[in-house]
Amino acid sequence: MSADLKAIASTNGISRIFRSGTREVRALDNVSFSLFEGKTLALVGESGSGKTTAARILLGLDTPSAGSVEILGQTLGTLKNEEMRLLRREIQVVQQDPYSQLNRRHSVQRIIEGPLLAFNIGDKESRKKKVIELLEAVGLEKEHLLRRPHELSGGQCQRVAIARALALNPKIVVLDEAVSALDVSVRAQVLNLLRKLQQERGLTYLFITHDLGVAHYVADEIAVMFRGRIVERGTREDIFKNSQHHYTIGLLASVPLASPQAEKSNQELVQTLPSPAEGDACLYRTRCAVGIDRLDCKSTTLTLTKGTATHSWLCHMPKGS
Amino acid sequence: MKNSLTVKNLSISVPSAKGRVAVVDDVSFEIPAGKKVGLVGESGSGKSLTAYALMRLIKDPVSIDGGEIFLDGRDVLGLSNKEFRLLRGKQIAMIYQDPMSALNPIMRIGQQIIESIQLHSPSSEAVARKIAIELLESVGIPEPERRIDSYPFEMSGGMLQRVVIAIALSGKPQVLIADEATTALDVTTQARVLTLIDKLAAERGLSVLLITHDLGVAAQFSDEIMVMYAGKLVENGSVNQIFSNPAHPYTKALLDSRCDYTIDVNKPINSIAGQPPRPDNRPSGCVFSPRCEHVKEDCTTSVPPLIHSQGRLTACFRADEIFQVERVK
Repeated sequence: MSADLKAIASTNGISRIFRSGTREVRALDNVSFSLFEGKTLALVGESGSGKTTAARILLGLDTPSAGSVEILGQTLGTLKNEEMRLLRREIQVVQQDPYSQLNRRHSVQRIIEGPLLAFNIGDKESRKKKVIELLEAVGLEKEHLLRRPHELSGGQCQRVAIARALALNPKIVVLDEAVSALDVSVRAQVLNLLRKLQQERGLTYLFITHDLGVAHYVADEIAVMFRGRIVERGTREDIFKNSQHHYTIGLLASVPLASPQAEKSNQELVQTLPSPAEGDACLYRTRCAVGIDRLDCKSTTLTLTKGTATHSWLCHMPKGS
Repeated sequence: MKNSLTVKNLSISVPSAKGRVAVVDDVSFEIPAGKKVGLVGESGSGKSLTAYALMRLIKDPVSIDGGEIFLDGRDVLGLSNKEFRLLRGKQIAMIYQDPMSALNPIMRIGQQIIESIQLHSPSSEAVARKIAIELLESVGIPEPERRIDSYPFEMSGGMLQRVVIAIALSGKPQVLIADEATTALDVTTQARVLTLIDKLAAERGLSVLLITHDLGVAAQFSDEIMVMYAGKLVENGSVNQIFSNPAHPYTKALLDSRCDYTIDVNKPINSIAGQPPRPDNRPSGCVFSPRCEHVKEDCTTSVPPLIHSQGRLTACFRADEIFQVERVK
C-alpha cells in the first residue's frame, strides 16, 4: 500500500509450527503483513490456510515459532505482563459464533461493560452511560440492556460482540469470520454497520474470511492464503480484476454467483485430489492446472514477485507469463 | 409432466410458551421428474423441516398438522412406518450438511455403504462390496479399492460428503434431497461437489431438492427456485424468473442484500431492516409485511395466497403493481 499510510501493526516473517509426535504442521510459513491506520486488510483462504492462526498471533493469544510482531511500536514477546495487558486495550476481537463468544449467564449490559471492569474504568454510572452509547452505536436500544444472549437473534448477538470490542476505544479490531454465521439479510446489516463504525472512529480492521464477496466489499488490501503462506496480495482491483496466482484464479472461478447467466462455477481444473505437496517449492502445484506437470514448479524455491507497488504473488509461472 | 414429488398444504408446528405455533405453514409445491429445484431461505424459514417431513423424520414435539405428500403417486404420510421404510432410501434419499456427523466415526466407510446396500437389496458381502466400490468410483473418490477401508477421520470434508452421497445413492432413489450439503465445504470443494451432484442427477434422471441459504449455489444449480420466508412459500418460479425478475418483495430484497464480488463497494448494501419474525411472534397478514417497503393496509390484515402472476407463483397482493411498474420504468 502507498507510503503515506501509517502502519500501526505488522508481522515480520512469522511462522507457526504445530508438532504432534513426529509430525510437523507448518500452520504459518514466513508470513508478513501490515495493518495501516484506518484501513482494512482481509485475509482470505480456505479452512486450514492459517488465517486464524495469524489472527491469534497478532492478538497475542499464540506465540510464533519464528518471526516477530509489532503493534503500535511495541514488539510482542518482549513486553512485561502489565505492558501487554495495556496493549490489549488497543486490539480487540469479534469472533465467528454469535452465541458462544458471549457469556450466556451475563446480561448484555454486563457483557459490554466487561472490558471496562477489567481495566477498572469509570464508576457504575459512567460505565452504564458508556454501555448505552455503545449499544446505540451498534444499532441496539436501551431495552436490550438486561437481555441475555439467548433472548437475542444471531445478528443482535454479533452487534453486542462488536459493542464489547469497541468498549475500550481500540485502534485495531480483528474480525475473525465475524459475519460468516449470519443470514444474508442480517449479514448485509452488520457489514454496513462495520463500515460505518470504521469511518466514524477511524478503526483499523483485520478481517478474516473465507468469503471472497465479503473480502471484496470490506477490504482495502486482500491477502490470499494457501496452506500457511500468503500466495497473493493486492488491492481489490489487483485481486479481483487482475489475479495472477492460479490459486486465486481457481478460487474466484469457484464462487457461485447469484445469476443464472453467470458462468457456472468451475470444478477446478484438476480432477482427482492429489496428495498435498510439501517442501519449500509451491504447495499448490499438485492442484494447479499449470504446475501439476511442471518439474520447475517442484524444484523452484519461491520468492515473492512484486508486480506493482500494491500487487505481489508467490508463483514463478503466474497467469500473465 | 409427471411429478416425482407433490406436497399439498403441508403444515408443521412446534410447541412454544404460547401454545403450538406453525413453523411451516400451508406449503404446496411439486418437483417434476428429473428437475432440480432449489429451496432458498434464511435460517428459521422452515426449509429443513420441510425436507425432514418429506423423509418422515419429523418427531415429537415437532408435528405435522396437516397436508399431504405424494411420492411417485403414493401418499407418504398415510403409510405405516414399516411401509415407509421400504421407500426411504429407495425412492427418496437425503444428504446432510455435516458429513462428519452423518457418518459413524468408528466404522470404516465401506462398511457403512455396504450396510446401506444390503438394507435395500439382500446381497452377499462380496457383491455388496463390489457395488460399494463402484459407487465410490461414481462419486469421484480416487483409488476406491483402497479408500473403502478408510475411517471417516482419514478423509477430508469434501471426500466424506462424497461418501454420504454414495450412501444416499445406494438405494437407487428417484428423489434426492440435499440439505445445505455443500455449506460446510470450502468454496473450491463446494464447486466440485455441486458439479458431481449435477452430473449424477443427469445420469440417473434424479429429481433433486437442493436446500440452501446461498443464493449463488441455488442460481447455479437449479432449474426452478422456491423461496421460503417465515414458514411460508412466498415465490416459486424458474431460475431465470426468480433471479432476473423477482416478483415478491422478499425475493427482491434478499437478492439486493447479497454480498458477492460483483456488487458496488462504494454504496452500502441494501440490507432488509429488522429481522425475520420468531415462530411464536409471526405477524398477521403477510409474514413479510413488517419489513416490506411496499406494505399497504391490506398486507397486514389478510394473508396473500400463492397465486400465478407474471408466469410464476408469488404470494404478494401487490406483485403486479410493484414489479410491472418497476419493469416498465
